[in-house]
Amino acid sequence: MRDFKDTALLQVEGLTKRYGARIGCADVSFDLWPGEVLGIVGESGSGKSTLLSCLAGHLTPDHGRVLYQGRDTLAMNEPERRVLGRTDWAFVHQNPRDGLRMGVSAGGNVGERLMAVGARNYGAIREAATDWLARVEIDAGRIDDRPRQFSGGMQQRLQIARNLVTGPKLVFMDEPTGGLDVSVQARLLDLLRGLVRDMGLSVILVTHDLAVARLLADRLMVMQGGHVIEHGLTDQVLDDPQAPYTQLLVSSVLQV
Amino acid sequence: MIEIENLSKSFTLHNQGGATIPVMAGAHLSVAPGECVALTGASGAGKSTLMRMIWGNYLAASGSIRVGGLDITRAAPREIIALRRDTLGYVSQFLRVVPRVPTLRVVAEPLLSLGTPEAQAEARAAELLAQLNIPERLWSLSPTTFSGGEQQRVNIARGFVHGYPALLLDEPTASLDATNREVVLRLIEDAKARGAAIVGIFHDEAARARVCDREVDVTGFTPAAARGAA
Amino acid sequence: MTDHAYNFAYLDEATKRMIRRAILKGIAVPGYQVPFASREMPMPYGWGTGGVQVTAACLTPEDTLKVIDQGADDTTNAVSIRKFFERTGGVETTTHTSEASVIQTRHRIPEEPLREGQILVYQVPIPEPLRFLEPRESETRKMHALEEYGLMHVKLYEDIARHGEISTSYAYPVNVEGRYVMDPSPIPKFDNPKLGGNPAIQLFGAGREQRIYALPPFTEVVSLDFEDHPFQASKADHDCDLCGCATSYLDEVITDDRGGRMFVCSDTDFCESRRSAGHRGRLSPEEMA
Repeated sequence: MRDFKDTALLQVEGLTKRYGARIGCADVSFDLWPGEVLGIVGESGSGKSTLLSCLAGHLTPDHGRVLYQGRDTLAMNEPERRVLGRTDWAFVHQNPRDGLRMGVSAGGNVGERLMAVGARNYGAIREAATDWLARVEIDAGRIDDRPRQFSGGMQQRLQIARNLVTGPKLVFMDEPTGGLDVSVQARLLDLLRGLVRDMGLSVILVTHDLAVARLLADRLMVMQGGHVIEHGLTDQVLDDPQAPYTQLLVSSVLQV
Repeated sequence: MIEIENLSKSFTLHNQGGATIPVMAGAHLSVAPGECVALTGASGAGKSTLMRMIWGNYLAASGSIRVGGLDITRAAPREIIALRRDTLGYVSQFLRVVPRVPTLRVVAEPLLSLGTPEAQAEARAAELLAQLNIPERLWSLSPTTFSGGEQQRVNIARGFVHGYPALLLDEPTASLDATNREVVLRLIEDAKARGAAIVGIFHDEAARARVCDREVDVTGFTPAAARGAA
Repeated sequence: MTDHAYNFAYLDEATKRMIRRAILKGIAVPGYQVPFASREMPMPYGWGTGGVQVTAACLTPEDTLKVIDQGADDTTNAVSIRKFFERTGGVETTTHTSEASVIQTRHRIPEEPLREGQILVYQVPIPEPLRFLEPRESETRKMHALEEYGLMHVKLYEDIARHGEISTSYAYPVNVEGRYVMDPSPIPKFDNPKLGGNPAIQLFGAGREQRIYALPPFTEVVSLDFEDHPFQASKADHDCDLCGCATSYLDEVITDDRGGRMFVCSDTDFCESRRSAGHRGRLSPEEMA
């Protein structure tokens, strides 16, 4: 059940990242609430990936604060941030190869986060891995196969299982359906929607695909040139866009 | 339940020379629990625009829209999401779903997002689909492959699966045969009887006459009419 | 016998001091891999260049040195290293574990329990236990620093998933004093229990990889495992065919082309000592005669 509590899970204030003179993202502020899916859309180079990296702690912003449950994640030391990265947070990469260990079996991939937080019972780890493979619709018989023997869609589902097995609260997703066939995308979207709802996940989803944003995101932020130029309810932003750039973006897309 | 005051709306087309098109001004509407109000007026007069503004899909230029006490025009996105989940239902003319999701699931989804146990939600969805004469063999298929009439009925089932205190209905009986039209009208009557406030667009005049308590002509909300009144 | 063209024990004193500093740091931080400026030695990598440098840094003229290669004192490698220090250091050498003050070893821990005051020097090919799954040195260092050792169990998980049990039989990873995960060098896992609580100083030298690490006396060393797949120190299920010992680590020796084979203690000194004390095995020559 998606329960909106009174405190934001993530509070972002004035986040700015420059690459020399060039702006990565500038003065980005927003709150993310428990159970909410925030889509960040924009073209390549709009700053959405830079923003995601800053939020997830992969890049250090020049200014601003990122408060997770009230704690400033930028002021945390690296061990604390890495603990957060394998417990409460998860990151789903566009390319499964960046998020999976290709030389380790599917079961080992799913089990790694459990072992990283101290699971030491092989049977229990294997059971959890089997359960998660089923949840992402991968046949249990493939548990000992390595991801390179999987199709692209299966690899992406495995990456999701690997990330969600420890029950994170906040998931960062970078173009999770990018590079997949349309039919495979649909299956993944359906899966993600169900997991988001059942686990009460908060998600920050970066995508350039407005159809994906419409189906997954509760709210949208539209970025251009590193700035957030429009921010609102997903269907409102897509159906009644206010900013010139958003209107152009929406009108450039084939109707879905 | 639904209170609209002095509402106006305009579209600014930035990519067409920044033209601003005012489409609504000075709109007022009040719908009580158990009441069904039909929006009327010629095509393009703004019936759908008003519905979409109540839904939170279009932004208002000024004025207020209160649904169950929440002012849509000032509410945060998450408040609107919560309102749509708990309070406000919407049967649109178009079914927009993730491909591949079975029909039963599509219909049960509003209940699932309210935290209703899966079995209970699906039982209720099945009940409505049966009532609306969607053959059971289709329930496990995605509605994206269905005919227009079937999709419309799936949409209606989804809109009525939870007892929303406020409902928006956009042509709920269009493209339905007599039997299913009757089912839908009964659903509307039942919703009214349990106290739902309903705003609808009905081209079907007989249906409108049967379920609606009042008609409001949105032509009165056009900017031209507003200027005339002032 | 000593070759006076060389400084005592081959390395110059400045180099030995540098290595001793690394050793002391290693002893101060048990299990931590200390980088050191490994020197070119007059032998190829893989022949114990790391161990030899550590031994050279530890030796004093009064020491007695023993060198074993997989338990044996008489293999080329062991003999060569022993001779190397006889010639460059003039130190006494021995094959008896109890007589040695410094023992350099490749891939075994002697059967005879070590005592306080002894130093056991291991030759290490790959010091990084995490290398198997994480090729980036920058990342493995960070993982050690932050005690992120989940990956080590992924390796063991993969073992069980593929073979039904933890099939890693040598270089079996251990946790030291509840802190660093360490590769004990390719000793058989049979020897792992001897790593912990040992009265001797244990030093590990990796020449090519330029790392030294250490276990001070009586260090707590735990072999990694799962609750439901506990660590087991295994050996061939036989007695020594020469000395009859039922508890020592055995080598399998093929004796002919017709499938004939025998099991003998891998620790030659241990086996010989038992035989001179009158112990006999299934194929002892005295009995065959």
